Amino acid sequence: MVQLISTYGSILLTAMGQTLLLALWGLFFGCILGIIFGLASVVDNKVSRFITKIYVNVISGVPMIVLAFFVFYGVPYGLKSILGTTFVLTSLQAGTICLALNCGAYMSEIIRAGIQAIDPGQMEAARSLGLSYWRSMFRVVLPQAIKNMIPSIVNQFIITLKDTSILSVIGFPELVNKAQNVIAITFKSFEMWTIVAVMYLVVILALQQVANALERRLSRDR
Amino acid sequence: MTDNQKNIKIHIENLVKSFGHNKVLRGISTDICEGEVVCVIGPSGSGKSTFLRCINRLETATSGEIVVDGYRISDKKVNLNKVRENIGMVFQHFNLFANMNVLNNLMLAPVDLKKASKADAKETAMRLLETVGLSDKADSFPSQLSGGQKQRVAIARALAMSPDIMLFDEPTSALDPEMVGEVLAVMKQLARDGMTMVVVTHEMGFAREVADRVLFMDEGVILEEGTPEQIFSSPKHPRTKDFLDKVL
Repeated sequence: MVQLISTYGSILLTAMGQTLLLALWGLFFGCILGIIFGLASVVDNKVSRFITKIYVNVISGVPMIVLAFFVFYGVPYGLKSILGTTFVLTSLQAGTICLALNCGAYMSEIIRAGIQAIDPGQMEAARSLGLSYWRSMFRVVLPQAIKNMIPSIVNQFIITLKDTSILSVIGFPELVNKAQNVIAITFKSFEMWTIVAVMYLVVILALQQVANALERRLSRDR
Repeated sequence: MTDNQKNIKIHIENLVKSFGHNKVLRGISTDICEGEVVCVIGPSGSGKSTFLRCINRLETATSGEIVVDGYRISDKKVNLNKVRENIGMVFQHFNLFANMNVLNNLMLAPVDLKKASKADAKETAMRLLETVGLSDKADSFPSQLSGGQKQRVAIARALAMSPDIMLFDEPTSALDPEMVGEVLAVMKQLARDGMTMVVVTHEMGFAREVADRVLFMDEGVILEEGTPEQIFSSPKHPRTKDFLDKVL
C-alpha cells in the first residue's frame, strides 16, 4: 500500500484535481441551467413549464452513462453523417455537458420546490405594493427560498462530484479512470479501490463541513 | 345628493369571476367615492375576499369593468404596477416579508419603485411606525412580533406608498381576540383621516361605527347595501336578517 501510494500518489492527486475540475465546470453550468429552468417552471407560462418538464423527465429517465456515450460518441457521429462536418468534443467538454445537463435538471427541481414552498402571500403582498413579478421574486421570494434550498443544493453538489466517476467511460482522466490504469499495471485492485474510496470520502466530508458551517451562519442571521 | 359631488374612486360594473365552473361573483356593481369607508360583510364563501382581490387584480375578473382612479383595471394593457402603487392592501395573514426587518418591510417598495430616496423612505417609515405605535420595533423581524403588531406593521407598510385607497381583507380574522382592538384602532384613525377604504370584515361593531356604507354579500352578489343604521337596525332582505341574527 505504502509503495503504491509513493509510486502512484502524484498521478492519483492529479486525477483528483481533474475530478474536481470536471465537477466544478459541471456545477457551474449546471447551476446556470438549474436557475433558468427552475424559474421557468414557476412562472405563469404554459410553454416554459412544458419545456422544463420535458427536460427534467428526459434527464431523470436516461442513465448518465448513456448520456455520456450519446454526447461523446453519438452526437459527433450524427453531425458528421447529417452535415458532413467534423465535430469533435474533448472528453472534458463532453463530460461537462453531461454533468451540467444532469445537475441542471435536479437543481431546477430543487429551485422549483424551494420557490413553491414559500407562502404565495409573500408574492401577493409584494405585487400589491406595485412591485413587478421579477422584482418581487428577487427581493422577497428568492431570498427566503434560497435559505431553504441550501441543504438540497449541497447534496446535489456532492452527487455531481460523485457522478464525475461515470465519465471515466469516455476516457476523461479523472480518479476512477486513472485508478483503472494503475490497476491494469499493478493488479493491486483491493488497495487501489480502497485508496480511491478514501480520497472521495475526504473531499466530500470536507465539502459537507463547509456546507454545515454555511447553513449555521445563514440560520443565525434570522 | 352629496354623493354626486364627490369623486368616484372605484367604479365596478357587472363584475363576474369564475374559478373553473365555480361562479364566485355573479355580477357586482357599485361605486365607491373618495374618502368613503365601505365595509363588506356576509357569510364565508359569499365572494367578499374575491371581490376585494379583483379591485387590485390579484384576481383577474372573468368579465365586467373595474375602474380605479380612472385606470381601467380590467384592461389587459393597463400598467398594473403603477395602479397598484396607489392601492394599499392588508391581508388576513399579514404577509410581512419574512426576510426583512420591520423597517425594510416598510422601505422596500418606496425605495425600489423610486418613490423616495432611502433617507426619505426611512423617515416616512419611522413616522408611520410611530402612528401605529411600533417605533420601537423597527429592527425586529416579523417572526418576533405578535399578530396584532404584525398587522399594524402591514398597515404601515401599505401606507408607506401613500396610497389613495386601502383594501382590507379580513384584517382581524387571524388575530387573538385581545389584539383585535389595537388593529381596529389604527383603522379607525385612518378612516377619520379621510382614507378611502374597502374593508372585508366580520367585525360588525367596527362596521357599524366606522362604515359610511355596508354591503351585504351572499352567493356572489350584493344582496343589500345601505348605511350601517339601515343594514344593522332594519335589514330588508330576509337573508341579511338571518345572517345578522347569527353573528350579532
